[in-house]
Amino acid sequence: MANLSVKIGNIELKNPVMTASGTFGYGEEYADFIDLSKLGGFVVKGTTIHHREGNPYPRMVETPSGMLNAVGLQNHGIDYFIDSIYPRIKDIDSQIVVNVSGSDVSDYVAVCEKLQPLDRINAVEINISCPNVKHGGMAFGTTCAGAESVVKAVRNSYSKTVIVKLSPNVTDIAEIAKAVEAAGADAVSLVNTFLGMAINVETRKPYLSTITGGLSGACIRPIAVRMVWQVSKAVSIPVIGLGGIMNGRDAIEFLLAGATAIQVGTANFIDPTVTIKIIEYIEDYMIRHRVDNIYELIGGMKI
Amino acid sequence: MKKYVKDFKVSDNVHLNEQYSLLKLKPVDGEMPDMHPGQFVQVYIDNSKNTYLRRPISINFLDKINNELWLLIRKAGDGTRHLIQTPCGSMLNMIIPLGKGFSLKNGNILLIGGGVGVAPLLFLGKELKEKGCNVSFLLGARSKNDLLEIDEFKKYGQIYLSTEDGSVGEKGFVTQNSILQSSFDMIQCCGPLPMMKAVASIARKKNINCEVSLENSMACGVGACLCCVEDTVSSGNVCVCKDGPVFNINDLKWQI
Ligand SMILES: Cc1cc2nc3c(=O)[nH]c(=O)nc-3n(C[C@H](O)[C@H](O)[C@H](O)COP(=O)(O)OP(=O)(O)OC[C@H]3O[C@@H](n4cnc5c(N)ncnc54)[C@H](O)[C@@H]3O)c2cc1C
Ligand SMILES: Cc1cc2nc3c(=O)[nH]c(=O)nc-3n(C[C@H](O)[C@H](O)[C@H](O)COP(=O)(O)O)c2cc1C
Ligand code: FES
Repeated sequence: MANLSVKIGNIELKNPVMTASGTFGYGEEYADFIDLSKLGGFVVKGTTIHHREGNPYPRMVETPSGMLNAVGLQNHGIDYFIDSIYPRIKDIDSQIVVNVSGSDVSDYVAVCEKLQPLDRINAVEINISCPNVKHGGMAFGTTCAGAESVVKAVRNSYSKTVIVKLSPNVTDIAEIAKAVEAAGADAVSLVNTFLGMAINVETRKPYLSTITGGLSGACIRPIAVRMVWQVSKAVSIPVIGLGGIMNGRDAIEFLLAGATAIQVGTANFIDPTVTIKIIEYIEDYMIRHRVDNIYELIGGMKI
Repeated sequence: MKKYVKDFKVSDNVHLNEQYSLLKLKPVDGEMPDMHPGQFVQVYIDNSKNTYLRRPISINFLDKINNELWLLIRKAGDGTRHLIQTPCGSMLNMIIPLGKGFSLKNGNILLIGGGVGVAPLLFLGKELKEKGCNVSFLLGARSKNDLLEIDEFKKYGQIYLSTEDGSVGEKGFVTQNSILQSSFDMIQCCGPLPMMKAVASIARKKNINCEVSLENSMACGVGACLCCVEDTVSSGNVCVCKDGPVFNINDLKWQI
């Protein structure tokens, strides 16, 4: 049996397939469809220090091979997560990663401090790349100084694995990746959604209540692959690749570009069982290509 | 209720008119999931290059005798156009069943549907009748040709019709129909948003318990993405796909 397990910081994933924050709820929403313990890991919805109502409806519109969303980090806050959700999901035998967001550096720190004691949460994903909130979010992820300030503060207050989720809405994503590596991140994940917009030409109104939103799905994949490749050459920490992964072939493409693990987002909406199919595809691919260890594929593009 | 991702075979595709089709579907493995009136499915649409996500469609009817599920489809865009043209014998993949449906109360119940919004009311009417309710249907459309499944509705209750052009039933909108002068224990409604708001406003004035079924645009359909939210009195933004699509009007923040 081929070895699919990978290491991200101090956590071990039984395979490189995770789900992306905001697209998989708290895992439970998909429990009827798949055995969650088969996943390498899953990243729960963006969590903030206080309850957030998110943006007004409408929050989504379909676009060619993708969708725009403007959810705006709706969640009940970290205390609700710890008291009500964590007890329900903590026994799932997979790596549970909490996606953390905030408006100020102190918000990120406060959420991470509250997560520190939880036995079954051994990694956070710091979201400095949400395009759908007015304060914080992407503002931190678009400059090296901003990214560094959040990561340094989190690093000082949280001792487990810190993954930093990068925004693709920058001129040079590799520069930002280097800055967060220097600030103490254990890994980076990329990409978050691309800022986009769409207008209903009949009514002349924007489709989203916030006018602009985040683009995800198959349409962003080639850009995401390129960014993963550039970042993986620039840093020595593991890179988690995502953006438009729809099937096993796409997942392998990200591994070859340099990703140590991958996340599946929008594709869950189209096929709630897609993650399991991706794991099976990778196993089959490794047999077909006589690869015993997944690390032989990571960064394995031949030029 | 457990949800499934399941393949169904199209056993019949009845073209009701230019705009509408009734699809009858059998589960390929023979096992029909449990479902409740007002719930919906997310259909995967193959070979439509303009359709990326699944499309939400109400459960029109569950024919337990023939082990068939009915979907009533209106051509709205590319995805529904493909559905309407699905040939018999082909396969459709669906996530089923989704959401919370209508409540099943007792007494004198009026079901109001407009356009393709009549879809969930057939299954609802049947279940209410079997429960012993006195069911009335008030169905509205632009014109005679747009009224759907009238013969089916007749099996489960009294029928009252409204058409905008007066080609059958009373002329005007459903909200102008004289049946609304009578008293009911409950009104359950599905149709275009302006119609549902008008119905809700009448129900509120007459102090009649009223439920409506919303059609907010959706991505996942299972409560995972938070795209489909509706602002409620009791809990703020909730997912229409999971906590709806049916809501009591008292929980909605509609200006009516
Ligand atoms: C819970 C629920 C139950 C539904 N039940 C039925 C049903 O039983 N039968 C049926 O024919 N339709 C039903 N709909 C509406 C149906 O989902 C849309 O018509 C369909 O998604 C349009 O897809 P399309 O690819 O054909 O059109 P698109 O090209 O996506 O859109 C065409 C037009 O339809 C509008 N539209 C897109 N999505 C929706 C939506 N979710 N609701 C309303 N309008 C929309 C667009 O704004 C556009 O003007 C339901 C929707 C929901 C949310
Ligand atoms: C509806 C929706 C909600 C999202 N919410 C979050 C979030 O809370 N935090 C976050 O870091 N990313 C969020 N994302 C971004 C995804 O995690 C992912 O980075 C992006 O969708 C690209 O991957 P994909 O093309 O596979 O979906 C969200 C995406 C979608 C579509
Ligand atoms: S459509 Fe995803 S939460 Fe309702």
